[in-house]
Amino acid sequence: MKVLVAIKRVIDYNVKIRVKSDHSDVDLTNVKMAMNPFCEIAVEEAVRLKEKGVATEVVVVTIGPKAAQEQLRTALALGADRAIHVETDLRVESLGAARALAKIVEEQQPGLVILGKQAIDTDNNQTGQMLAALTGLPQGTFASEVAVEDGRLRVTREIDGGLETLELTLPAIVTTDLRLNEPRYAKLPDIMKAKKKPLEVRTPADLGVELASRIKLLKVEPPAERQAGIKVGSVDELIDKLKNEAKVIS
Amino acid sequence: MIRDQETMQILLDSIRSFVNEALIPREEEVAETDEIPEDIVSQMRDMGLFGLTIPEEFGGLGVTMEEEVNIAFELGRTSPAFRSFIGTNNGIGSIGILLDGTEEQKATYLPKLASGEILSSFCLTEPDSGSDAASLRTTAVRDGDHYLINGTKRYITNAPHAGIFTVMARTDPEIKGAKGISAFIVEATTPGITIGKCDKKMGQKGAHTADVIFDNVRVPSSALIGENEGVGFKTAMKVLDKGRLHIAAIAVGAAERVLEDSLRYAMERKQFGRPISDFQLIQAMLADSKAEIYAARCMVLDAARRRDDGLSVSTEASCAKMFATEMCSRVADRGVQIHGGAGYVSDYAVERFYRDVRLFRLYEGTTQIQQVIISRNMIREAQQ
Repeated sequence: MKVLVAIKRVIDYNVKIRVKSDHSDVDLTNVKMAMNPFCEIAVEEAVRLKEKGVATEVVVVTIGPKAAQEQLRTALALGADRAIHVETDLRVESLGAARALAKIVEEQQPGLVILGKQAIDTDNNQTGQMLAALTGLPQGTFASEVAVEDGRLRVTREIDGGLETLELTLPAIVTTDLRLNEPRYAKLPDIMKAKKKPLEVRTPADLGVELASRIKLLKVEPPAERQAGIKVGSVDELIDKLKNEAKVIS
Repeated sequence: MIRDQETMQILLDSIRSFVNEALIPREEEVAETDEIPEDIVSQMRDMGLFGLTIPEEFGGLGVTMEEEVNIAFELGRTSPAFRSFIGTNNGIGSIGILLDGTEEQKATYLPKLASGEILSSFCLTEPDSGSDAASLRTTAVRDGDHYLINGTKRYITNAPHAGIFTVMARTDPEIKGAKGISAFIVEATTPGITIGKCDKKMGQKGAHTADVIFDNVRVPSSALIGENEGVGFKTAMKVLDKGRLHIAAIAVGAAERVLEDSLRYAMERKQFGRPISDFQLIQAMLADSKAEIYAARCMVLDAARRRDDGLSVSTEASCAKMFATEMCSRVADRGVQIHGGAGYVSDYAVERFYRDVRLFRLYEGTTQIQQVIISRNMIREAQQ
């Protein structure tokens, strides 16, 4: 079975986000970029499926600027077999990404598509669901466990009330939650070898998709500064403060 | 000489994440237990950290000097004990085999060293021979197809964990100094080897050094590195600049870590109603440290690039080693000062780093030996 993994280049999770002085956007000048952490989990799951003998090939895809090839190489170092780069300098929105991915799915015919449930830059949590709608494939979102049994996919999902287990027919779309797995560190010799793995560059035009923005970004504001917390001496004091100061319970 | 910038960046990012997420959170545990946890050792093996400097054909990475110092900048940001554990396989423990070993010696040992399956220790220093290494007394006397090794080696890093020792011993007592010394690969299981108790060091808990005593240790003549007497030691001396640049880079990394911790503390700690980082005397210490670290980093990178270009860097490597390690101690001292009383108790990492980095000025040639090398080189060049 071929597994397709979609990944995104985002601001490194360790970086403190700064807003441009004119509030037009987040300031990305000289900011360290990295693979979205949920996408790392997606790559790890695909590589584990390959190690178990369930997957035969892991193909990793990203949509973004030339520099995003660094994240593709990282995925190749972690164990993906080949990479596809849909190159664009445009700001890619969820629907545009889903459309491009739908074309890649159509071309590659994977048995399973794994994506991060959301990217930590805009936290939209849309692309996986939109891709499922566009391709007409079943979806299992927020997966905390994935298993292929008798040609069907068993997905355990984290939902508000607990865990939900779904059985999907393949091919299917899965989006990863935080607890699905703990990604490995790339082996240093594999990082060297990743350079020799195939990386195919495509354009939105040759896929026949339009990535131009449909959403206008009006203004970016940093979140309000939080007051420092306090330690309370007892449960009674806590309840008193929640009732009378914070007024969150009555 | 970085062969491929993008690949190198991914590699450094990967090491940085490993240092931040896997090593830094375990520093205190290592200091408490005086042990590198087995799960960390196995992660270091999986990542390939034992074979950084061993060529790719033997399962390593074959990094260039510039690549090596960039990696060392990252590894330096955590307890030196972690680096010490992989340090011998990447340096003094493998370099003799790599440069002078026969094809058979290379094929037998280098893949195991690169994978971390075995550790290698370098046995040079003795109770009466430190900086004056060429005066060593351990002997290897030929006995038919074998040699008999006798002597005591001191402060041997990773000795309690080593699978093999590279042993420097005098094969020709008639020749004084370096020419009479040969290098042997001695397997740790050979009868007659005793490992002493681990030294009680000032810092670097988790990194182990001990005496290694050779009492009529009988090794086959095939254990002689390069199968020629008088070879190993000379080469070891020729590549000292490599080890010096590595330690200089580790010192830069450690200084950067101490400064990061000190800056964070200065911005959080409030006195007189405001963060102490508002005060100019604190700012001066931060700025002095920043500038010195930058200077040392530039020196290390410049010397590493020159070495990759094939130039002799004896002077530059000694300058970088001397400056970076002395700088690191100054930065650690200021770090304690910025932390105030908190810097003297072990709740903050700076107290541990202050002790850990003291060693950098002693091994791979003391500061005073570096001064001698630098000035002798200057005088020799002026005389020519």
